[in-house]
Amino acid sequence: MTEFSTADPAGARAHARAMAGLRVESQPTVPASAAEDRPEGVDPQAMLWAETIAPGGYAAKRLNRGARLRLVDLKGDACVSMLLFNAERPVERLNVADTQKVQWNAYLDAGKLLLSDMGKVLMSIVEDTAGAHDAFCGASNAASNARKYGTGDNWGPHPNARDRFMLGVAKFGLGRKDIHPCVNWFKGVRIAEDGATRFNLGPYAPGRQVTLRAEMDVIVVLANCPHVLDPRPEYAVTPARVLAWRGEPTPENDPIRNATPEGLRAFQNVEEDLRR
Amino acid sequence: MPDLTGPIVLDEVVPARAPWTAVVRKGQTLRIVDLEGNQAVDFLMYALADDAERYSAQDTIAAQGNIFLRTGSVLMSNEGNPMGVVTGTSVEYHDTIGGACSCESNTLRYGHHTKSQHACVENFLQGNARYGRGKRDMVSNINWFMNVPVEADGALGIVDGISAPGLYVDMRAEMDLVVVVSNCPQINNPCNGFDPTPVRMVIAG
Repeated sequence: MTEFSTADPAGARAHARAMAGLRVESQPTVPASAAEDRPEGVDPQAMLWAETIAPGGYAAKRLNRGARLRLVDLKGDACVSMLLFNAERPVERLNVADTQKVQWNAYLDAGKLLLSDMGKVLMSIVEDTAGAHDAFCGASNAASNARKYGTGDNWGPHPNARDRFMLGVAKFGLGRKDIHPCVNWFKGVRIAEDGATRFNLGPYAPGRQVTLRAEMDVIVVLANCPHVLDPRPEYAVTPARVLAWRGEPTPENDPIRNATPEGLRAFQNVEEDLRR
Repeated sequence: MPDLTGPIVLDEVVPARAPWTAVVRKGQTLRIVDLEGNQAVDFLMYALADDAERYSAQDTIAAQGNIFLRTGSVLMSNEGNPMGVVTGTSVEYHDTIGGACSCESNTLRYGHHTKSQHACVENFLQGNARYGRGKRDMVSNINWFMNVPVEADGALGIVDGISAPGLYVDMRAEMDLVVVVSNCPQINNPCNGFDPTPVRMVIAG
């Protein structure tokens, strides 16, 4: 029963407007400056993005160079899959193989870089309290979710990460061919000597977080769906919090920039590209 | 090498450093022969009917629970469908995490003096261009005959190969495919024994 008649436009408008002020667990905070969980030391006016992504949900955002992006595993069972593009020229995007090969290491943790397919650094990992991420196994898809959960469609109860990505990239004018190999935050995969994948299901503590720094203007696309190797029969995933704020571009004396000769050249290639 | 079943519909040698493309129909087998040993063959494939569906290293790794490609490995698409099956190989395993060399990544790995050297992404772009595909169609590829171990701490690298002259891999197509290959021109790491060489391609069935 409703207290409004929606039989005419005025009633329908009153009904719609009466929803203002409702709050749900998973939604953006607009403006982001109003977020109650603003990181310590960050000016409210520097906040760029505050959003809680639902289990099975997705979000996408353009961030400028220097912006910090913090992902928080609110309840200990999030799995945030990420695509990453150069916002100025989205045909340049994250290259997972180059990210691993150039850094001579397969695992993502603090100090590592996310590299593009054009020999440049898109983002760097400035802080990581989670210590369990995955650059090997990629996104779930409609077929894999259908096998595990019976369905995998965007309009059903078990959305898959690939189809979430499809919607996320579409809103930036990109399409299925732009869904590149991704990284998965908060669920760990390690490789055994014989090449076998070892999935770390947890349980993990709530509040784990990873903080990234944009090293060029980027488009970030996030999907929060169960990891493709998650063995649980139920669609198990909890909300993820996203916080972003304005920051200074990386200075020349930055320790992450200068940590390795390969990484330094990735920063230099960005700086060269941005020279005007 | 075991005999291939069915008529031989193509038998070609790909010169060192060159791109190569072919259509492989469902049920046909593509055999790649490492003629002179330890020659990385960078390999992408697309569904002939819808080239937004393409080989996915990540889906393949997740589906088989292993980073190495061996006899029996099912090569998965980005939409979770089998594209091919490794029906036989005389090499212990092949790579699918090392990606393709590019002029740009070479500047990171070796220095800007390598920028002008030919690279696999250049071959992939040229091979794909005739079909109207471009840079958005570059994804993590297979490297037949290439050795990329991952150590306990995550250390990873392209190291000395485990192939040898005359070793082969057979892949049976599970759908109609466009295959795009770069016969890797890399000279700065051991993936080609620092000396790129020809490989042989046979399609049968």
